[in-house]
Amino acid sequence: MSGPVDSHGIALRVENCAKTFADGTRVLETITLDVARSETVVLLGPSGCGKTTLLRIIAGLETPDAGGRVSFDDTDVTRVPIERRNVGIVFQSYALFPNMNVAENIGYGLKIRGVKDAERKARIAELVALTGIEGLEHRRIDQLSGGQRQRVALARAIAVRPSVLLLDEPLTALDAALRERLRSELNRLLRTLGITTIYVTHDQSEAMALGDRIVVMRKGAIAQIGTPRDIYFTPASRFVAEFVGAANIVEARCKDGSLELAGGRLLVGDGAANGNVSGKVLAMIRPETIKIVTADGAALSGQVDSISFVGDRQRASISGAAAKPIMADVPNSVTFKVGDRVGLAIDPSAVRLLPGDAS
Amino acid sequence: MAKKTFIVLCFVPLAVLVAAFFVLPMARLVVTGASGELGAKAYAAILLDPRYRATLINTILLAAATTAATLVIATVSGLFLQRHRFPGHALLVAILTFPLAFPGVVVGFMIILFAGRQGLVGDVTLRLFGDRQVFAYSIQGLFLGYLYFSIPRVLLTVMAAVEKLDPSLEEAARALGASPWRVFIDVILPAMAPAFIASGAIAFATAMGAFGTAFTLATDIDVLPMLIYTEFTLSANIAVAAALSVGLGLVTWAILALARSYGGTTVAAAG
Repeated sequence: MSGPVDSHGIALRVENCAKTFADGTRVLETITLDVARSETVVLLGPSGCGKTTLLRIIAGLETPDAGGRVSFDDTDVTRVPIERRNVGIVFQSYALFPNMNVAENIGYGLKIRGVKDAERKARIAELVALTGIEGLEHRRIDQLSGGQRQRVALARAIAVRPSVLLLDEPLTALDAALRERLRSELNRLLRTLGITTIYVTHDQSEAMALGDRIVVMRKGAIAQIGTPRDIYFTPASRFVAEFVGAANIVEARCKDGSLELAGGRLLVGDGAANGNVSGKVLAMIRPETIKIVTADGAALSGQVDSISFVGDRQRASISGAAAKPIMADVPNSVTFKVGDRVGLAIDPSAVRLLPGDAS
Repeated sequence: MAKKTFIVLCFVPLAVLVAAFFVLPMARLVVTGASGELGAKAYAAILLDPRYRATLINTILLAAATTAATLVIATVSGLFLQRHRFPGHALLVAILTFPLAFPGVVVGFMIILFAGRQGLVGDVTLRLFGDRQVFAYSIQGLFLGYLYFSIPRVLLTVMAAVEKLDPSLEEAARALGASPWRVFIDVILPAMAPAFIASGAIAFATAMGAFGTAFTLATDIDVLPMLIYTEFTLSANIAVAAALSVGLGLVTWAILALARSYGGTTVAAAG
């Protein structure tokens, strides 16, 4: 009973939830989503894709259009207001109460629940230790740095042992270095707590690092649901391929299991493609799966347009191989220069055929 | 050296202006206050003379009551008006802020039309109870008048403050289990405190010094500005009028200074 979280949260089900605002704007198409107990699901998408609206429907800050249903375990909570849903929320702005100090902020939910002084103090101390903000208990909010505020907001949300933890772009307001550090801290914390978590972000690297599963959203609808590896290696559409990580998208004719490109042929290993696919297709190749080889005898070749040094590797842009320049991530040990003719060696299994142009 | 002298000389016009329009009249007022039969004791008389003291207390109570009532009404309506849009919203806000356009005399006139001898309240109560209720020519009428012209000032400040409230603060409190009432007490009120102090101080200072409304309603209402007027014009008691003026100024200044120390720099001078 004395763990950071009593239960590991609830199993969450969002069923046929759509949202149309009063002015007629449809921000969310009809969506159904199941989240298992103690799972971390990331809602990923560009701004305006409806991810925050979906989070707010789960929180109880928005009601879904008629027919929509939100349930926590087997209880229908669609009509239950947020104050009785027992959810923990961290907002992008953190929304810490400026008229209370750090300890009072963390303890606010407990105070509302009528938890006795001694027990409240013990719980606050526990969370202060868990989030690593010892010594700041009596600080005012305006005396905290961005990273400290983020931790206080998280501690405040967890303090009440919520059924589900909802995080709305919790790292977006921080600078890059801090964001990276807090991301791994947050990851460790979420694993320790093992609480059902919905995490909203537009940052694909955050989504990959934190999510058990990722829900990629676009224009109010779900574009793909899957584990980070699924999403990265087998994107369901051009949109997902381009939104998550860097991707070369080539449009070409497919014949006898290979693509006919401007600079040669490219074998396709994708099971669906073997033999039974022909005509115009859309294929995705991740830049890091492309090897640079000598042009002589290579099935596919092109000319190096530009090379940019990224630090741990270099990214080359190669024209002439396909209709559009192809990006290739190459180890620093490979030496070549702009203007060189190079061959491109691509493992057939790294070529992923995408369904018809959805974008 | 010459440059320094030049800079100092540049300040002379400013110094003359400040002396002529601020320091000298005030000093003169203070001196005049002590120039009567009572001498400097005229100032003590403000507190010791039963009539003066009662008037001072009356005025402060009236100003305090006006401020409190205005804050309550303006907060409730300001929150509602800023958060809800409905047909006629703009018109309602315009009507509520309309009193800003009227001088005190007109407000007094409107109070007479409302609760005077031929007023609306009198007509209605006569029909209903056979008894004509008249309260325009008393401190109740004055309270109503002050309320009428204090509401717009406070309402506009409150609406601006509500607009600046971060909605996620309220959502965070609700997520933690707070009822709408607790959210109001724990989040909204503290966030709006600076606006309350600033606009409340202005309402108080205005109610302390307003003259036109009181003068229109009746000459025997016991408020400080009326007392100063009657001492000055009817009794030619210039020394006491001056002493009372200084007293009125000090009380109002003290309230504004207090508000400024709590509410930051947003407290403007009384209108």
